[in-house]
Amino acid sequence: MAFKLNVNGHTSTVDAPADMPLLWALRDILDLRGTKYGCGIGQCGACTVHLAGAPVRACITTLEMVKDRPITTLEGLSPDGTHPVQIAWEEIDVAQCGYCQAGQMMSAAALLAKTPKPTDKDIDTALNGNLCRCGTYLRIRAAVHKAAELASSGAPTKSAGPAGAALRNRE
Amino acid sequence: MKRTPEKPMLERRSFLKISLLAGGGVMFGLTTERQAAAQGRGAPAPPIDPHNFIKVSPDGTVTILAKNPEVGQGVKTMLPMLIADELDVDWKHCKIEQAPFDESKYTMQSAGGSTATPVNFLPMRQAGAAGRALFIAAAAKTWNVPEAECTTGSGRVMHQGKSLGYGELTAKVAELPAPDLATLKLKDPSEYKIIGHSQMQIDLHDIVTGKPIFAIDMKLPGMLHAAFERCPVLGGRLVNANLDEIKKLPGIKQAFVVKGPDFQGIPTSYPALVDGVAILADNWWQAQQARKALKVQWDEGAAAAGSSTAFAQKAEELSKQAPQRTLRNDGDVDAAFKNAAKVVEAAYSYPFISHAPLEPQGSTAHFNNGKMEIWTNSQQPGSGRRQVAQILGIPQDDVVLHMVRGGGGFGRRLTNDYMIEAAAIAKQAGVPVKLLWSREDDMEHDYYRPGGFQYLKAGLDASGKVIAWRNHFISYGEGENFVASGALQPFEFPQRFVSNYALHSSVQPLGLRTGALRAPTSNAIAFVIHSFIDELAQAAGKDAVEFRMDLLNQAPVVPAGGSAPPGVNAERMKGVLQLAAEKSGWGKKTYPKGTAMGIGFHFSHQGYFAEVAEVTVTSTGANSHKVKVNKVWIAADVGSQIVNPSGADNICQGGVIDGMSELMNQKITIEKGRVQQTNFHQHGMMKMAQAPPEIEVHYLKTTYGPTGLGEPALPPILPAVANAIFNASGKRVRSLPFSDSGFSWA
Repeated sequence: MAFKLNVNGHTSTVDAPADMPLLWALRDILDLRGTKYGCGIGQCGACTVHLAGAPVRACITTLEMVKDRPITTLEGLSPDGTHPVQIAWEEIDVAQCGYCQAGQMMSAAALLAKTPKPTDKDIDTALNGNLCRCGTYLRIRAAVHKAAELASSGAPTKSAGPAGAALRNRE
Repeated sequence: MKRTPEKPMLERRSFLKISLLAGGGVMFGLTTERQAAAQGRGAPAPPIDPHNFIKVSPDGTVTILAKNPEVGQGVKTMLPMLIADELDVDWKHCKIEQAPFDESKYTMQSAGGSTATPVNFLPMRQAGAAGRALFIAAAAKTWNVPEAECTTGSGRVMHQGKSLGYGELTAKVAELPAPDLATLKLKDPSEYKIIGHSQMQIDLHDIVTGKPIFAIDMKLPGMLHAAFERCPVLGGRLVNANLDEIKKLPGIKQAFVVKGPDFQGIPTSYPALVDGVAILADNWWQAQQARKALKVQWDEGAAAAGSSTAFAQKAEELSKQAPQRTLRNDGDVDAAFKNAAKVVEAAYSYPFISHAPLEPQGSTAHFNNGKMEIWTNSQQPGSGRRQVAQILGIPQDDVVLHMVRGGGGFGRRLTNDYMIEAAAIAKQAGVPVKLLWSREDDMEHDYYRPGGFQYLKAGLDASGKVIAWRNHFISYGEGENFVASGALQPFEFPQRFVSNYALHSSVQPLGLRTGALRAPTSNAIAFVIHSFIDELAQAAGKDAVEFRMDLLNQAPVVPAGGSAPPGVNAERMKGVLQLAAEKSGWGKKTYPKGTAMGIGFHFSHQGYFAEVAEVTVTSTGANSHKVKVNKVWIAADVGSQIVNPSGADNICQGGVIDGMSELMNQKITIEKGRVQQTNFHQHGMMKMAQAPPEIEVHYLKTTYGPTGLGEPALPPILPAVANAIFNASGKRVRSLPFSDSGFSWA
């Protein structure tokens, strides 16, 4: 079946079974591999994407469930890492293995869009379905607060990380 | 498990190799005597090809290669930091790349045993310092000035107002002889600009922008996606499968049987490749869906009798019989028990658990013109390469590996079963294949942390001193062989600290693969030993910290004839115990009923850790208790230098949270040889709201060589929380996971 998917502002046609989860259409057909597979049953949150702005688990969201709602993946937050959540994740040096972080960041971005100044409890509630096998929860929580701060201070700029701008070694 | 607590894991002598790069750059390599010898299997070996750690281009670009696999332990950042600091370049201007897999150039390339720091701390700095010395020599020659008058900084050599960038010196450097590494002056730690200063994880920008950098993200032209059906009972042999029907399903490109090597009965070590059916499709989901229509007839074999209930019953029986073996027998335990003022007995147990790294197992392989090329997140690619060659009958030189970032390791990727499967499937398929395990595959076909049973008995004298200790350890194996990671070391604490000490063992056969899980054996024994020590402290009427200090002060029994015994260095352990007590305010706080602290310590993988947990227990019924860990204090002695403090703190905190998952919710059970748990909902992992809001990390800096953090931070948290729960609620739980005893996270 042909499905029209609006992903990160681009519309693509995907020819796939109606019961194929969005996760596999993104990863194996549309080549957007930032969204990760962890459990396949909506238990770990690694595949979290936004559907019309709301966080959903792409591993249990089938193509026919998507309908015409726009999809945002991690690649859609910003391609160059300038979304406040991306900047904050770098500044706090959140990740260990990094595999769950796409889902954590998508849950965080959805939370901040609704709740610009979240409390610890707001963060715990919004991100409780996102497992981190490495146990980076304290840094994730700190990074959500940091992202809220960056977003409220206007246009985000790339700023120093835990040991200053020297940390930024890529690009 | 290797234990060489104080012995520096350094090479005796190293050689530097220099060669000119195409394009005029220069590269430095470091090879070592031990590794050179290893090439010739012990015989003196000729110099081998240079390592390739540093590349400097004429435009001044410095590229540093990270030699070991990265699975989230931060080694791709940490090892290059050592090189860059001694090379005296600016970290922000360095490009870091994953080194190719080539152990003839890079020595052992593995991720395990918290070994990266102790093994590489000196040679990586030497590689950097040797590079710096060469740039100085080249500049001094250019200016015709003494080398001693030259200085360096930010990738430049300076002399009285003149300066030359490293890039401008590459042609000259290539002509210079290699410096003798023994004469290199390494920086004093006070001069470090990169080491000891927090650096962001090197791949973090790629992670936050969703770049395809994990093994699961590999993609090759013409590649098919593979799912693989295995027998639910380990060792089952495939009789037949409805391949013709599967091949007709939508999207399915190929379906075929893969056969593993033969073996007999229930071995202590099963072959890495098992029988199965490979299904290949254009996308993984369709291959995976086709498994639902698959009908396979299996000959399940001897392991089909396996049952957790039966294992526990057998262990109970064995505990009442004379032990099969005695692993250690110091003094006269029986006589000491007769003289004891108090005797305490307790039976502890812990289950099998699964590694469950968040990225499921998988690798990409392509067999072409007799050569097997593999992209994998293995923690131990070298042994995987040997096994691929052996099992598939391909010369080892024709197996080429690429190391790709892994989404967690925890020891699961030390075994290369999934890499070998990918290679076996690709060899039959004739096209590039990406094999991906489902989460269910991962949980049902792991190399599990072995469960075990420990029947403990200790005697105290009238003053409360421990005078006798006996442990009958019931594990799995055959005869004198334990299953992988199912042994207990005869010198495990408190051996040496109790003069009458006996460790006995008995085993029963197991039809399950086992393996190293983060802090292997320690992750279970710390819970047992330090819960029991708290029971003894209570029997002695002593404070838990004071009781442990007394135990550590009991003069160690040094065996006749010699060398320093393995195991715990009492002074270092007392140091972290003291620090944990100080930082947590142990014994100085007054809590409301239901809130209390607990403590534990453990030595593993060369690291000394003591941890204190403050918990609140709320009982909502006779068999329903909610636990909140309010705060944890970690005190660590891993030697003289933390290389990357940001990464180090993160790993320590993660170790605590990981250990809490093991304590509360994780258990793998077997019935009819089948693993009963399939996914995360049955093998619980800590969630954000359950994690302690605060985990303080304190390092006790000592003069010992720097050692690793990945493993030793984990074990003490289990007894620390268990003891805190007892202190808060009066409930002593001796069996993991605590959820089986009515506990859950608040």
